[in-house]
Amino acid sequence: MSEAIDAEGLIKRFGKVTALDGLDLRVRTGEVHGFLGPNGAGKTTTIRILLGLMRHDGGTVRLLGGDPWSAATALHRRLTYVPGDVTLWPNLTGGEVIDLLGRLRGGLDPRRKAELLERFQLDPRKKGRTYSKGNRQKVALVAALASDVELLILDEPTSGLDPLMEEVFREVVLQEKSRGDRTVLLSSHILAEVEALCDRLTIIREGRAVETGTLDDLRHLTRTSIQAELTGPPDGLATLPGVHDLRTDNGKIRFDVDTDALEPALQTLVKVGVRSLVSQPPSLEELFLRQYQRDER
Amino acid sequence: MTGTGRLIRLILRRDRVILPIWILVLGLLPIGTFNSFQGLFPTDAERINFAHVSAGNAGFVALYGLLRGDSFAALTSWRVGFGTVMIGLAALLTVIRHTRADEEAGRTELIGSTVVGRHAPLAAALITTAGASLLTGLLIFASLAGKSGSVSGSLAFGAEFVAAGWIFAAIAAITAQLTGSARSARSIAIAVLGASYALRVGGDISALGTGSLSWLSWVSPIGWVTHIFPYGALNWWPVVLSALLTAVAIAVAVDLRGRRDLGDGLFAARLGRANATPSLRTPLALAWRLHRGLLIGWTIGLGLLGLIFGGVGGSVLDIAKDNKGLSDIFARLGGSDQIVDSYLAGTAGIVGLIAACYAVQATLRLREEETTGHAEAVLATSVSRLAWAGSHLLFSLLGPALALFAEGVVTGLVYTQGDFGDILGGVMLQLPAVWVLAAVAVLIFGLLPRWSLAAWAAPAACLLILLVGETLQLNHWLLDISPFTHVPRLPGGAVSATPVLTMLAVALVVGVAGLAGLRRRNIPD
Repeated sequence: MSEAIDAEGLIKRFGKVTALDGLDLRVRTGEVHGFLGPNGAGKTTTIRILLGLMRHDGGTVRLLGGDPWSAATALHRRLTYVPGDVTLWPNLTGGEVIDLLGRLRGGLDPRRKAELLERFQLDPRKKGRTYSKGNRQKVALVAALASDVELLILDEPTSGLDPLMEEVFREVVLQEKSRGDRTVLLSSHILAEVEALCDRLTIIREGRAVETGTLDDLRHLTRTSIQAELTGPPDGLATLPGVHDLRTDNGKIRFDVDTDALEPALQTLVKVGVRSLVSQPPSLEELFLRQYQRDER
Repeated sequence: MTGTGRLIRLILRRDRVILPIWILVLGLLPIGTFNSFQGLFPTDAERINFAHVSAGNAGFVALYGLLRGDSFAALTSWRVGFGTVMIGLAALLTVIRHTRADEEAGRTELIGSTVVGRHAPLAAALITTAGASLLTGLLIFASLAGKSGSVSGSLAFGAEFVAAGWIFAAIAAITAQLTGSARSARSIAIAVLGASYALRVGGDISALGTGSLSWLSWVSPIGWVTHIFPYGALNWWPVVLSALLTAVAIAVAVDLRGRRDLGDGLFAARLGRANATPSLRTPLALAWRLHRGLLIGWTIGLGLLGLIFGGVGGSVLDIAKDNKGLSDIFARLGGSDQIVDSYLAGTAGIVGLIAACYAVQATLRLREEETTGHAEAVLATSVSRLAWAGSHLLFSLLGPALALFAEGVVTGLVYTQGDFGDILGGVMLQLPAVWVLAAVAVLIFGLLPRWSLAAWAAPAACLLILLVGETLQLNHWLLDISPFTHVPRLPGGAVSATPVLTMLAVALVVGVAGLAGLRRRNIPD
């Protein structure tokens, strides 16, 4: 089996609102897959369908080779889940919640649990109602990461964590990834995190997947920013196909160029004469913003 | 106090449906009862006779309180005496909803960061609730002042309801400061209300007989306000007492609020276990952790009620012995045994309804687990929906059984002149009716989860049917809606299996339909 998650044309409606409108999502076994989208794009709905908490209205979906709705309990032994909004039982301690969720799934590794508590600097003796948002998130993360499972489904797992703990989270996920047999679906807003961890990613917007592929694949779809000091006027550059937002200040020029128009643009610059040049590869941020802005138009 | 006005407007906006409902229902209940009494007793003789019989009927006195006077107005104020408990409940729920519940959910923090004083949320909740109680009282006054023939009596009758509302609003203001969770705050306040009612029952029944325990009514706020007797003796000083208690309780609440930080209770949170005990490994073990406080509380509460109901049983017997006129009436009704039996069977019905409230509360824990996101965490493990729901339902079915059992056993042991088996049996026979209401809650939760709170309408309707059904001469089919109408009466009645089996079948079918809905729907919905 090469695909841990295989959803095609997924449709989910809530009354008149269409939350998922033909969503495709393929996650290969052993990869860390980023799942990006603005608020309300349908990330959490998709995850709830994958967990059999909600039933889809159209399309097909397979999870670890099974039907997530009808085989939910059997499939859940093989996965763990960190919800986006972690709430704990007010009168149970963090340690009790970690043990309970692990056992309800079929067991967890006590040594791994102790190690994770140490790394995340979490006091497991506090009652659920007294934890801060970040600490509640840590409880859910320890509960999920201490289990030996095939698939981790993480819904914005670092929201509320401080930068140090975000770093710990990244290290732990990279460690999991290095084992090679664990699949991670990571829904996130934090692009640096996705950039650092994910092999491939899917961007969704209004219930549809708008981009999917490796980060490099997606970079081809976007633009590189160039900043240069020239010896002469940049004749002919403005009319070159693929060059955008050309502007000049203090003898420096700045412009964005489509990845496949990079070569002719550079040749034009060289012809004029280049004193200095800075080229910035497209960041995931820009990729994401471009999708976003297309939204607003 | 800055910002109180704005917060009051926010409360009025959030409660724009429920506030008018409780003001209108409770404010118009008296005039409705008054009108139906007029229809029920066309002649003075009939009315006076009914008043005399009722005044000595221990079952009636337990349920409604002491009756002073025999006018229509006096009968009305007596019959809706339980309304003081209902307005107390409405008031305490409103106050906690807008204080501790908001604080626990983090909304108070959001509001507290704006230009709003520390005491403003509490002040706004209290002012709104006090105002709603006042409106209820004014409705009662306005609707009865002309008809009852006594303006001062109607003023006192209105004041009776206002006082009950204010006292329990103020008590809720205190309990909201004690713990970090709205649920415990609510439970403590409801326990105080329940204890007030139980003490009133004990004191009043005792007053009917030897009177040795009649002081019990005077340690209970519900006892105070029902002893105003607006159209009988007309005491004003319970109103003064109530105003004093309200003022003191509010002062205590404000003082407690000033001593603590936002989000904290008065009792500091302690550290707990770092690891779960080995037994915490199944959905049932989790449900036990979540339900055990409720189970213990209700069992002790109903056990104490059994102590009171059983303890005053002797007084009921004395009434028949001491009063020549009354014993004649009782003899016509079938002798003094019959009177005690009818009292015991009547109290069993009350206990059944109380247990039904527990059953609904326990069932609605499922919805609470769903809306808080806990259900999602559990169902994402290899726990099936039925196992999850079943583990909670075990407590909503067997919890009330245990609480009823405690009440029946205590009543039977304390009231030594009765047949233990019949007394316990009469209480346990309520169980099928209790389960029907639990099943209704499951049905709503399964099919219309967003309407889950509507499950409370079932015990509320049964209570109304019990309290005013006969008075209002409701159609028989309307009375039949309440499963409690069909419970065989013990001691003293004949037990037939048909209604019991029918109710069990209804509970089963309705409950299974609800679970079938749960299996198919979105979680969370």
